[in-house]
Amino acid sequence: MAAKEELKLLGVDVSPFAIRAHMAVVIKGVSCEYVVEDLSNKSELLLSSNPVYKKVPVLIHNGKPICESLVIVQYVDEIFSGDGVPSILPTDPYERAIARFWAAYVDDKFFPVLRGIVLALTEQERVEKATETLAAIEPLEEAFAMCSKGKAFFSGDSIGYVDLALGSLLVWIEAIRRMYNIEIISASKTPRLSAWAERFGESAAAKEVLPEVDKAVQFGKMLEAAASAAAASK
Amino acid sequence: MAGAEDLKLLGMWASPFVLRAKLALSLKGLNYEYVEEDLKNKSELLLKSNPVHNKVPVLIHNGKPVCESTVIVQYIDEAFAGTGLSLLPSDPYERALARFWAAYIDDKLLPSWTKTSRGSTEEERAEGKEQSAVAVENLEGALRECSKGKPFFGGDNPGYVDVILGGLLGWVRASEELYGINPFDPAKTPLLAAWAERFGALEAVDPVIPEVNKLVEVAKMMQAKLAAEAAGASN
Repeated sequence: MAAKEELKLLGVDVSPFAIRAHMAVVIKGVSCEYVVEDLSNKSELLLSSNPVYKKVPVLIHNGKPICESLVIVQYVDEIFSGDGVPSILPTDPYERAIARFWAAYVDDKFFPVLRGIVLALTEQERVEKATETLAAIEPLEEAFAMCSKGKAFFSGDSIGYVDLALGSLLVWIEAIRRMYNIEIISASKTPRLSAWAERFGESAAAKEVLPEVDKAVQFGKMLEAAASAAAASK
Repeated sequence: MAGAEDLKLLGMWASPFVLRAKLALSLKGLNYEYVEEDLKNKSELLLKSNPVHNKVPVLIHNGKPVCESTVIVQYIDEAFAGTGLSLLPSDPYERALARFWAAYIDDKLLPSWTKTSRGSTEEERAEGKEQSAVAVENLEGALRECSKGKPFFGGDNPGYVDVILGGLLGWVRASEELYGINPFDPAKTPLLAAWAERFGALEAVDPVIPEVNKLVEVAKMMQAKLAAEAAGASN
């Protein structure tokens, strides 16, 4: 890496969005200072670096902030490239379009209903969200076959854009299983994703970055409590 | 036009998302076949090309479909990199900024406008109005930051953010007649107001934007339909 590159990543261990950015940096093999934010007491640096959303992750490269997880991942992919450096997005424009399509699908269609399981205020709502999530994972099971073409990851031999987009949610998918006994990914219903999830978790980058599932479970319980409190005070 | 390239765009004339694709194709000087879809009776081709969402726009290039407006615009820019304008900036940091603001338009601006006009309660619509005010203020700042005093988000020439925001221009113009609101009020967001005029007047843009009176007609029909449904539902 060039001598004076300064990389700092503001994040929170359990945030899937921070996980994406963090894993991207690890995959590229570049050194980066990782700063854990306290979301109840956000740092001046976070607030001034992301004035629009005030959210993590924020990547600060030589003092300049980049926000939004998928924007960060693409930026890291473009800045750190070349011989021997793993690519996160493919080079072919059509394959890039397919990767972007599925990453957008994860964020627009899958994530909102997955999160809805944790934020549900009634058992009925939880069941509804779980049903919607199980429906939303199906196209991804199909997409895996199409994208991977028999290889280990959506991107092929190594972790790529869609792998990061969906893989960053695996900790939460497992947390949801522990909290509510709801299985979003299973060997029986989504065999390809189930096998992929294991491979993802076994990767060096995941091992370095992914938090313990129990941390997500604890955070989930906090989110549940906050959601009920907010509803009760209305 | 690039030789033997087969470009087909499945769309609906009033859709701002379809307009984005048209703007990108037009700004790059690309020829394509346009297919108007009847969204109440979607074609086999549309359903087959976008099985996940069944929505327009879909760009079909040499038989291969690309879906989602922002994905389509980036694809057009990358697949036809040598042709016409470059929509994404060449500098990676500026590219990141462009992608950030394009996402902001879809994640914050559009939903706030939808809430303002279609919120089911007055409280929701008022919330939408507040959120819209914040969103356009942020975009005004974005235009200042990205353009650096030049005419477009893209600088001297229109680029990615211009196209993504430009897709909304037809409805922005119709909004004044429909709701008495100019989302890009020259008093509050002078840069955006000037940008809207300037971008809209471009030779590659002006003929592509749907006619305002037709949009107003469609919106009024929708409003009447929704009102009738609400009245029927409450009987």
